[in-house]
Amino acid sequence: MQSTESLFENIRKDFPILQRTVRDNKPLVYLDNASTTQKPNQVINSITDYYQNHNANIHRAVYALAEEATEAYESTRDKIANFINIKDRQEIIFVRGTTEAINLVAYAWGRPHINEGDIIVTTEYEHHSNIVPWQLLTQEKRAKLEYIGMDDNGELILDDLDKYLATGKVKLVTFSLMSNVLGTITDAKTIIEKCKAAGVPTLIDGAQAVPHMKVDLEKLGCDFFAFSGHKMLGPTGIGVLWVKKSVLETMNPFHGGGDMIREVHKYETTWNDLPYKFEAGTPNIADVVGLGSAIDYLTKIGMDNVREHEIELTRYAIEKLSEVKGLHIYGTTDISKRGGVISFNFADVHPHDVAQIIDEEGIAVRSGHHCAQVLMERLNVAATSRASFYIYNTKDDIDILVNSLNTVAKVFKL
Amino acid sequence: MSSNADIYHEMIVDYSRNPINYGEIENHDVTFHDSNPLCGDSIDIDMKIDENKVTDIKFHGKGCAICMACSSVLTEITKGKSIDEARAIEKNDVLSELGLEHLQAVRIKCALLSLKVLKSALYTYIGKNLEDTSDVDKLKEEAANLY
Repeated sequence: MQSTESLFENIRKDFPILQRTVRDNKPLVYLDNASTTQKPNQVINSITDYYQNHNANIHRAVYALAEEATEAYESTRDKIANFINIKDRQEIIFVRGTTEAINLVAYAWGRPHINEGDIIVTTEYEHHSNIVPWQLLTQEKRAKLEYIGMDDNGELILDDLDKYLATGKVKLVTFSLMSNVLGTITDAKTIIEKCKAAGVPTLIDGAQAVPHMKVDLEKLGCDFFAFSGHKMLGPTGIGVLWVKKSVLETMNPFHGGGDMIREVHKYETTWNDLPYKFEAGTPNIADVVGLGSAIDYLTKIGMDNVREHEIELTRYAIEKLSEVKGLHIYGTTDISKRGGVISFNFADVHPHDVAQIIDEEGIAVRSGHHCAQVLMERLNVAATSRASFYIYNTKDDIDILVNSLNTVAKVFKL
Repeated sequence: MSSNADIYHEMIVDYSRNPINYGEIENHDVTFHDSNPLCGDSIDIDMKIDENKVTDIKFHGKGCAICMACSSVLTEITKGKSIDEARAIEKNDVLSELGLEHLQAVRIKCALLSLKVLKSALYTYIGKNLEDTSDVDKLKEEAANLY
């Protein structure tokens, strides 16, 4: 068997973009994986192969190509079921991404289930995609949106949850499994236990977790789960919403149109079976195929190995970054409670200025509010710099990042 | 070709560390706030206007070095100008002062946020206080389409 170390050494060869240089021939050091990941040849080729050899619309036509396209599309559903441990493939709905998945729930589940005076609970470290759909819904329904607060260590204050649950008015608790800014891994088990005891359904935003660790939905026991393909080596524009069947059966359709119907008459329509009731129109077939390849690729490496590799990188990065004078890392330093996402500020230098200066060294880090302005307010900062890792990153990447901060220090006379 | 990092010359760094005209004016005649949604830069401008002349101007907010330096330069340029002169201030009046004429597209909004806020403050003032408000819409459009 291949050792883990050599396994990860060989991975870079699969990613053509990592072979290119940027800005005056600097090798690309890509550290914006919480935003989106690069794609291996296996994924790129599967999409090309689909268009070159199998392209047809799915589910209806009887000819050979349509059968192949349908098979390619539907086989990804089975791969997803295995990947996140779901027994029933009918519970898996293809959407554009996590954002669309959460909006789908807010619309198709939220509208018939949320009433005036009800409470929806989210957290202070959510991405805007797990805040704004709930603001829209609660405003429309005259319901309330409440937040589980975050302590200075970047962890949720679960006493807040108890307080809201005690009102008896909470209809949904929604939270990310890993913060896209701090990397904090949420104590989902405890939250779900509390919610189950109170009879309250839970939604998990898995966009940051699914790409980086083994996720087992059967063990988690939530009611809704969403994630995106492009953050896990797959193409943009494809994501997954999983909903427990008993809940899915109480939901209205999201979009009306082709493929989601059983019979359409002039003034009434009956719906197609699950999950097709929620997949109106010709779906993003090619990218579903690409997502299937991404899952194959990650399965081959093994999600436990992925997590192990990122723990190693994160530990190294925290150690090296902590040695930089004036650099402040946000969130917990307990590696077991965080993923490979490190947000930091460097003295009084604005993150945009940090990002621009180190871009000259070929380093891609994100700067800004990371679509988490509620969290920025809580941290009392306008923005942070964020480095986030994936399977193809190395300790060399981190060394280059740390060295580049010397240039920032020089320019800003720190 | 000069590299993008060259924009961080002495003047920009100094202005970002010690911004000029930074603060609030208590008895301002007009104030305006705006922000850049993608990066979170956020600027307020307060102005004191006497007899159609900007007698005092201050800004405050959060932003990168480019944003802070440009806000400093802009307020310096504006102070003492008549309303007509102030509204005639153009992008390059600010950018050239700091050698930022070739700033990449993604950062231009950092440099011009304060100019957008200034133009917005001016149309707000004109709309409220002057008899001839015929140009307000044009000024609004200028502010909206600055970058």
